[in-house]
Amino acid sequence: MSLHEQFAEDLALYALGTLQGEERVALEKHLEGCAGCRRELEQLRGDMALMALSTAGPVPPRRARQRLIEAVAREPRRAAVSAKRSWWMVVPWVAAGALAVGLVTLWLQNSNLQRTIAGLQDQTAQQMAELQRARDVVSTLTATDAMRVTLVAAKTPPQPQGKVIYVRDRSSLIFLASNLQPLPPQKAYELWLIPANGAPIPAGVFKPDAHGSAAVVEPPLPPGVQAKAFAITVEPDSGSSAPTLPIVMIGAGE
Amino acid sequence: MSGAEFKGDRTDAAVLAAIRSGDESGMAALYDRYSAVVYSVALRVLGDTGAAEDVLQEVFMQLWRNPGLFDASRGSLGPWLAVIARHRAIDGLRKRRPETDIADVVVAVEPDMAGDAERARAMEKVRGTLGAMPSPQRQALEMAYFEGLSHSEISEKTGEPLGTIKTRIRSGLLALRKAFAT
Repeated sequence: MSLHEQFAEDLALYALGTLQGEERVALEKHLEGCAGCRRELEQLRGDMALMALSTAGPVPPRRARQRLIEAVAREPRRAAVSAKRSWWMVVPWVAAGALAVGLVTLWLQNSNLQRTIAGLQDQTAQQMAELQRARDVVSTLTATDAMRVTLVAAKTPPQPQGKVIYVRDRSSLIFLASNLQPLPPQKAYELWLIPANGAPIPAGVFKPDAHGSAAVVEPPLPPGVQAKAFAITVEPDSGSSAPTLPIVMIGAGE
Repeated sequence: MSGAEFKGDRTDAAVLAAIRSGDESGMAALYDRYSAVVYSVALRVLGDTGAAEDVLQEVFMQLWRNPGLFDASRGSLGPWLAVIARHRAIDGLRKRRPETDIADVVVAVEPDMAGDAERARAMEKVRGTLGAMPSPQRQALEMAYFEGLSHSEISEKTGEPLGTIKTRIRSGLLALRKAFAT
C-alpha cells in the first residue's frame, strides 16, 4: 500500500495542522480507509520532529524543572484506598468497574478490527486497480481496433517488423508485429523461441489482420528457457512442432 | 537533583513504565532527557521564555496525568514530544484551542532522540539540510512550521502561487527525511 499522490501535498499541510475546510474534511475521510496515507502521515510527523531539532540549543531555566517536579508532587496518581469499607459495599463498584473494563476492551477490539478491515479493503482496492491496469495494458496491446503505427527512417518503405518482449524467469512473452505480408490460404505464421541449446520451441501461431498487424500474448512456454533468438516461419494453419524453412523473420536478443 | 543519574541508564520504555506506575522520579528522568527539545521548539515558535516554559509544563503534565496518550508501539517518545510541543506552541501563538488530539498523533522517525550525542548529530544534519535548501523553500517551510501559517497565508505574504507553496513545504519535509535515510 502506498501513498496516493493526489493527497501528498495536503498530507504535509495536515501534519503541520494548517489544512482547513473542505480539503481537510476530504483528507480525513480518505485517511480512515487508507493505510498507505496514514503511514505517510506518520512519516511526515517524523519529518516534523526532525525540523524541531533545528531549534535545539536553548535550555529551560532551572526553575522550570522545579516547577514540574512540584506540580507532579501535587498530583499524585495513586489514589488512597480506604481500608474501612466493608467488602460487600465494594462489590457493586467492582462489578461496575469490571463491566466498564469489559466494554472498553470490546470497544478497543472493535476499533482494532475496524482498522484491520479498512486496511484490507484498501489493499484489495489497490490490487483490483493494479489488475485493471494490467488488463488495460494487455487489451490495448491486443485490441483489434487499435491503431498501430511503426515509425521508421523517413523515405523508407514499410518493412515487416516484429517485437518480442520476453521475461525468462516468468516464461512470459508478448509479441507484436506490423506490416506482415498476407499469407497463402491454410497457412499461418509461427513464432519460435530459439534457445541457447536445443531445438526451436513453438511460441505461438498467428495470422496478421488486414493491415498486417498481429500479436501473441503469453503463449505456453517451458519454464526458464534462455533465449538466443526468436524467428518466424510460415506453417500450416494448426502450426508445426518444428520450423519449416525458410525463416521469414529473425531477431537475436539485445 | 541534577537528574544526571537518569541520563543514559534508563531506556525510554523504563522511564515510561515508571511514569505509568505513578513513580515521580520517572517524570524527572523524562524532563532531563527531553526538556531541551520541547522547550527549544516552543521558544522558537513563541519567542517568549515564559510562554515556552508554560508549554513545557503543559506537555509534560499531560503525559503524567495520562501516560496512555503515548503509545510506545507506534513511535519513539522524543519525536512525539517534539511534535506535540510544536502543536501546542502554535496553538498558543495563534490563540486558538488545541486542534490536534494528541492521542491520535503517531510519529515515525529515526534517529532516536534519547541520547545527547545522537541528538547533537541529528541536529547538525538537520541544520545542514535546511541550510542547503533554496531560500524560498526554507522560508515556506519555516513559515508553516514555526509560524503555523496556512499555505494561503504564506502565498499572500510571499506572492507565490498556492501550488508552489504546497510543493515547497512538502518537498522541504521530504528533504529532511532523505537526509536521514542515507
